[in-house]
Amino acid sequence: MLVIEDLAVEVGGKTILNHINMEIPEGETHILFGPNGSGKTSLMMTIIGFSGYTVTNGKITFKGEDITYMPIHERARLGVGVSFQRPPTINGLKTRDLVALCGRNHKADVETLAGLLNFEGFLERDVNRNFSGGEIKRSELLQLMAQEPDLVLLDEPESGVDLENIVLLGEVINTLLERGVKKPRGIMEHAHLKKKTKSALVITHTGHILDYITADKGQVLYNGHLCCSRNAREILKWIREYGYEECVRCTM
Amino acid sequence: MHHVGSKAQTDIDLSKYRSEAEKHEYVEDLGRIDTVDSNKWLNVGVDIAETGRAGTFIQKDCSVIHSKAMRDGVEVMGISEALKKHEWMDQYLWKYISPEKDQFTQAAKTKPHEGYFIRSFQGAKIQQPVQACLYIAKEGFSQNVHNVVIAEEDSEMHIITGCSTSPHLITGLHVGVSEIFVKKGATLHFTMIHDWGEQINVRPRTAIHVEAGGVIVSNYISLRPVGSLQMSPTTYLDGRGAVARFNSILVASAGCHLDVGSTVHLNQPETRAEIISRAITVGGTIIARGEMIGKVAGCKGHLECKGLILKDGLMQAIPELQGHVPGVEMSHEAAVGKIDQREIEYLMARGLDEDEAVSTIVRGFLNVDIEGLPAGLAAEIDKAVTETQKDMM
Repeated sequence: MLVIEDLAVEVGGKTILNHINMEIPEGETHILFGPNGSGKTSLMMTIIGFSGYTVTNGKITFKGEDITYMPIHERARLGVGVSFQRPPTINGLKTRDLVALCGRNHKADVETLAGLLNFEGFLERDVNRNFSGGEIKRSELLQLMAQEPDLVLLDEPESGVDLENIVLLGEVINTLLERGVKKPRGIMEHAHLKKKTKSALVITHTGHILDYITADKGQVLYNGHLCCSRNAREILKWIREYGYEECVRCTM
Repeated sequence: MHHVGSKAQTDIDLSKYRSEAEKHEYVEDLGRIDTVDSNKWLNVGVDIAETGRAGTFIQKDCSVIHSKAMRDGVEVMGISEALKKHEWMDQYLWKYISPEKDQFTQAAKTKPHEGYFIRSFQGAKIQQPVQACLYIAKEGFSQNVHNVVIAEEDSEMHIITGCSTSPHLITGLHVGVSEIFVKKGATLHFTMIHDWGEQINVRPRTAIHVEAGGVIVSNYISLRPVGSLQMSPTTYLDGRGAVARFNSILVASAGCHLDVGSTVHLNQPETRAEIISRAITVGGTIIARGEMIGKVAGCKGHLECKGLILKDGLMQAIPELQGHVPGVEMSHEAAVGKIDQREIEYLMARGLDEDEAVSTIVRGFLNVDIEGLPAGLAAEIDKAVTETQKDMM
């Protein structure tokens, strides 16, 4: 699904990612660990193609297509979807209208989707305007539910979310990835019977989200390098026990 | 007694305009109006079907061609008829605007061409809006109108005024002196939509007087090209708890010069004022002014000027606050610039191409929630914004 080969990325003339190799096969969820400032968000921004992240080496392939220099919207239409950590406020644009725009190709039922996230009360609000951390997460996931991407990039889906809502978010993420064990309400009635085709890259530095979603693999990004690739829970144990510095030592 | 401050306006040579025009016949049945004209009126919110309207006033050049009230509690007529009908009319003429203010007010005084008189009776709650249209069809004509609006005590009314010109018109001048009186406890929504022509010059001169507990909400929308427009309605909040809210939405394409402001005097305790403007230049000039003058403790005001520059032009935000005593609370927020790239990319990450993303953001920018608009008109304005925004891109 997603293949990254020997990728190097600069921001403001400074190399922030180097020699990144990564593969996320169809149907797999990968967790990306790393301390603050290690380049996790930059990797995600590079995959979706935001300006300011200049690829200086290597390439990114998605569904067999080279997307390294493809415009953002073409990547999105090809099936890449992102949940941003700090999305901008768009004054005057109602959340309802943005969700409808996200799902225009499959005529998403905005009300039903918002119901899944207990977000009906926010549909008339301007996008991200005065949203709390947890509300932003729900808004982002709602947009992704409408968009139905094949590769979901989630930037710290648990940060700023209270305990009650983290369970809800976990369920929605599982629905989004067609990995739910609960029969979802309303939409995707037979999702649990389908072959899993959705992939995900989930950024976390606390690992809490692992209690709610299932992961196939974990990777650690440290100082702009991918250092480790193995079972996500094992990595998390190491990090919790010894910290990032010690954890990445085994590969150095 | 207050008077609108006089800044000389000598940029227009009045002698180049005709002050005479042929009379147009009164039209009883609006269905007989030529669609060339009526379509232009529809663009500015005036519906000849009169669906959901409490009254209609239409003036073409110097002639009142239609005027009637369709509900109890409201009267609608030309200003000359009002002068005949009400012996007290002179109390409402040139009260807060001096005819000596500038050459335009002088023209309205010496060469008047009607204008509307709209009044809601004491305690009347007029559910449906009254519509008024001022239309220029005569080439090179200077239409000088004098309008008077009175919302009597405890009444409620919404007026939609649309100003427009015939599609074939090239040059023209519109001078509009408007005096608006909002009495104790009354609420007046006043929505003005302008759709002039590329070389039409427009000089409205407006004064609004609000008594205790009265509310004026004024919405001004000018999305289509206009040669030049210069106005700064002045509001006097002269009673305790009086409120003024001004929203304006302006778009200036190349060759347009818009100098639009609002001035509010907060003269009594507990008075409130809010001036919000959203302006976009696509090659034209916009000067968005806002001025508040707080004279007593316990008055509050907020000014917000936001401007987007989509194509080289001039966007000048001039917010001014004057506090004369401690206890005045006033603030302003002004921002001028381009669309934030992060917003564009955020929408592109949802599958919108760059043009779609920009137009979605622009629509949002212009989407000031205009209070009290009838649903049909809100939809009309939304449509106008969408169309304008298509033209801009």
